[in-house]
Amino acid sequence: MTLAADALRTTTHPAAHALASEGLNTHAGALPARRPGPTNSEPKAVRIAIITVALLFLGLFIALPLISVFYEAFKRGWLAYVAALVEPDALAAIRLTLLVAGISVVANVTFGLVAAWAIAKFEFPGKSLLITLIDLPFSVSPVVAGLVYVLLFGSQGLFAAYLQAWDIKIIFALPGIVLATLFVTFPFVARELIPLMQEQGTAEEEAAASLGASGLSIFFRVTLPNVKWALLYGVLLCNARAMGEFGAVSVVSGHIRGLTNTMPLHIEILYNEYQFVASFAVASLLALLALVTLIAKTLLEARLVEDAQ
Amino acid sequence: MSIDIVNVTKRFKTFTALDNVSLRIPGGQLVALLGPSGSGKTTLLRIIAGLDWPDGGEVRFDGQDALARSVRERNVGFVFQHYALFRHMSVFENVAFGLRVRKGADKLPDAAIREKVNQLLSLVQIDWLADRYPAQLSGGQRQRVALARALAISPRILLLDEPFGALDAKVRKELRRWLRNLHEELPVTSVLVTHDQEEALELADTVVVMGKGRIEQVGSPQEVYDTPATAFVHDFIGESLSLPARVADGALYVGARRTALDTQGLGEGPARLLARPHDVDFAEPGTAPVAGRVLAVRTFGPTTRADIVLPGTNGDVVVEAAVPVGARLAVGSEVGLVPRRYRVFPAA
Amino acid sequence: MVTAAIPRPLRRPRSVIPGFGITLGLTLTWLSVIVLLPLSALFIKTSEITLERFIAIVTSTRTLHALQVSFGLSLAAACVNLVFGVIVVWALVRYDFPFRRVVDAIIDIPFALPTAVAGIALTSLYAENGWVGSLLAPLGIKVAFTELGILVALIFIGLPFVVRTVQPVLADLDAELEEASASLGASRGQTVWRVVLPSVIPALLTGFALAFARAVGEYGSVIFIAGNLPGQTEIAPLLIVIRLEEFRYADATAIATVMLLASFVLLLVINRLQRWSETRSART
Repeated sequence: MTLAADALRTTTHPAAHALASEGLNTHAGALPARRPGPTNSEPKAVRIAIITVALLFLGLFIALPLISVFYEAFKRGWLAYVAALVEPDALAAIRLTLLVAGISVVANVTFGLVAAWAIAKFEFPGKSLLITLIDLPFSVSPVVAGLVYVLLFGSQGLFAAYLQAWDIKIIFALPGIVLATLFVTFPFVARELIPLMQEQGTAEEEAAASLGASGLSIFFRVTLPNVKWALLYGVLLCNARAMGEFGAVSVVSGHIRGLTNTMPLHIEILYNEYQFVASFAVASLLALLALVTLIAKTLLEARLVEDAQ
Repeated sequence: MSIDIVNVTKRFKTFTALDNVSLRIPGGQLVALLGPSGSGKTTLLRIIAGLDWPDGGEVRFDGQDALARSVRERNVGFVFQHYALFRHMSVFENVAFGLRVRKGADKLPDAAIREKVNQLLSLVQIDWLADRYPAQLSGGQRQRVALARALAISPRILLLDEPFGALDAKVRKELRRWLRNLHEELPVTSVLVTHDQEEALELADTVVVMGKGRIEQVGSPQEVYDTPATAFVHDFIGESLSLPARVADGALYVGARRTALDTQGLGEGPARLLARPHDVDFAEPGTAPVAGRVLAVRTFGPTTRADIVLPGTNGDVVVEAAVPVGARLAVGSEVGLVPRRYRVFPAA
Repeated sequence: MVTAAIPRPLRRPRSVIPGFGITLGLTLTWLSVIVLLPLSALFIKTSEITLERFIAIVTSTRTLHALQVSFGLSLAAACVNLVFGVIVVWALVRYDFPFRRVVDAIIDIPFALPTAVAGIALTSLYAENGWVGSLLAPLGIKVAFTELGILVALIFIGLPFVVRTVQPVLADLDAELEEASASLGASRGQTVWRVVLPSVIPALLTGFALAFARAVGEYGSVIFIAGNLPGQTEIAPLLIVIRLEEFRYADATAIATVMLLASFVLLLVINRLQRWSETRSART
């Protein structure tokens, strides 16, 4: 018997809609909580073994190096430590590092917001290629990143003639260091903002527009507050990388003491001169920065979850 | 304010969301766009709002070209399906937003904004939630905030996209009644998009039934229910008992059986006979135009339904019929069906 | 039949949200100035080298060896990270132990710690008189200034890539999968091997590829601990720097081109893996 029942019984029962929408509601809820029960766990001995191996590995490869930075820095006591930091070349390196990081953060925040707006709020062909290109600097070796600027602006570079004619110095000077840092930190802010803004969609912006808000109003009153934590997160990571960048900056800096040496380069010079305490003292500042970054990042992650909901 | 939609067409890549749609919405009415998903109803609503633009056609508000104006300038209140509340603003600030972004001469002093927002919050009965944030509200409360926010700009037209879609059944019913009362109080032209026929029939002055990018029927709730213009409307609204049929030599055949039923002017060819289950009587199998065997009988609450197997043109079909109160049907017995009121449409 | 109404072209905004043209324009300009133009300089400079010269540079014993050291040890480090990364993730996601959150946070230290700092710290630890080096020296194991030292540095910088890629996938894995497996009679080992691991394999491979890609280009943390003996412990990025300091631009450019092409290939592979990982971990 052919039952054409389903095709023909076109009754739309209201209860069916109610059930369907309720089903959707529960589905949209939080992920099911992890239930570590006897079914889904290993015998105690295995558990202890796995935890022990994990902790030993992390201790040996990650915790110890960090601790040793501070240990080596304070090996000769407070006085030697402070003396290494207030030395003029060290101060110059700190100043230069802060300047370069400041410029990179401002540039990347601007670029990140602009790029995320274009990518997340509009549809256009070639979008995924654009996202890939923005991420590209992540996969380029820092040394290659530095080298390409030498090839552009160095004494043998493509623009060498123009730069000489106008007496502009980029390589072995501040502009080169800034450019190399911009290259390696390029994706940091944008890649935090793009997925979040894509996920948030355009409904709130449309609502704001329907209520009469102008483009800038929409951006500053609706979009920006919605991504502020992700933006801060991106700034933190961008800043940490900008202050700590070594390979790319090393290629373009020229290592001129007191002039074009950033903190990481200063650390290298001191280390190669066997001034270990001084080297680690400057390194400890960057390690501290890394720790502060990590703590702030951990605190921010809770906020980020809120933003994404 | 009246809305005229003239020959509006909208395509998304290869999909035609609206196919040459024309519609007139008189001022002050509450109109429901009703249809299954993909029928183009939300696209039409977004075009009226100025959130989307048609590929062709015109939209006029009180005779004036609306397409020349952006959503900012149209002064329409839009209630989004998932509310689109600003998550970083309190309820109060959400409602105040449209007033705060005004510039120049239109800008209201802070005290006036506060008064207006408080008024609106008490109108939608959530004044006690003013300092909460959207994440702290229930679905029904968010819905009210979204409505108050849309009303804050004193819109000439209120557009609601599946306003009750994300709510559970009980809250939905309650809010529906409340929205109807609100519309009586503030007679602003309102257009509501829904896929829920009960919602459309209960709320709207006029129901616009849409299917596959076209308007199938425009009429009062009574009209679209009692006299569906097309088989699509008959199927989509209310319950239908559907029989495959055929018109031949001026008579209507169901299966191989020639019946005395009216062909309703339909020409020769395959047809469908559609009737409301409660418009179909049971009778002796021999005398009735349609007869079949009872497959199953189900009772829930006051209604009893029977599945009946009928011999169709291409094999057997099963229909569901309403059993009158008090009537007894034995499973396996033969029964006849007599449609009292029915419609005959050409088979698609 | 649908009568195709010829659409009247309307000069209307494509979206109610403004700023598409200017933001996309700025994005493309900035991207070109900072990333694309400089990278194309590398290819322009390479095209000035004759093919024979290019091949001679790239296949010289010193270059080949440097590439071999970089790629080989990166692969080894990624393998170590794959194994220990899974163990770390498993402990973090599935078990509770004291200071679990702190341990979770320090995974990111290699991301946040400048590479030069990591380099000198690892060197002082693994040198013969260092905390770890002095323990290994009596066993005849030398780490600092050998290939092992490079490996240690590359493990350090690669670990978070594996952990942070696999962790969310394992955490989101539906507990019901394992319960279903157990209810069907699978032992715990079978469940882990046949249900859990296959679910995280795309993420594992992505993390592996990310760690590998990062290690291949790594410079700062390696050069301190490596010893930098040509033909033995000299990595490819260092050779680029050396050639540059010798003003042998063609050599530096040729080696950099090889490295950059390798990055592109890896990027492509990683993109594919990520897409696979996303479809695999998508809830059904």
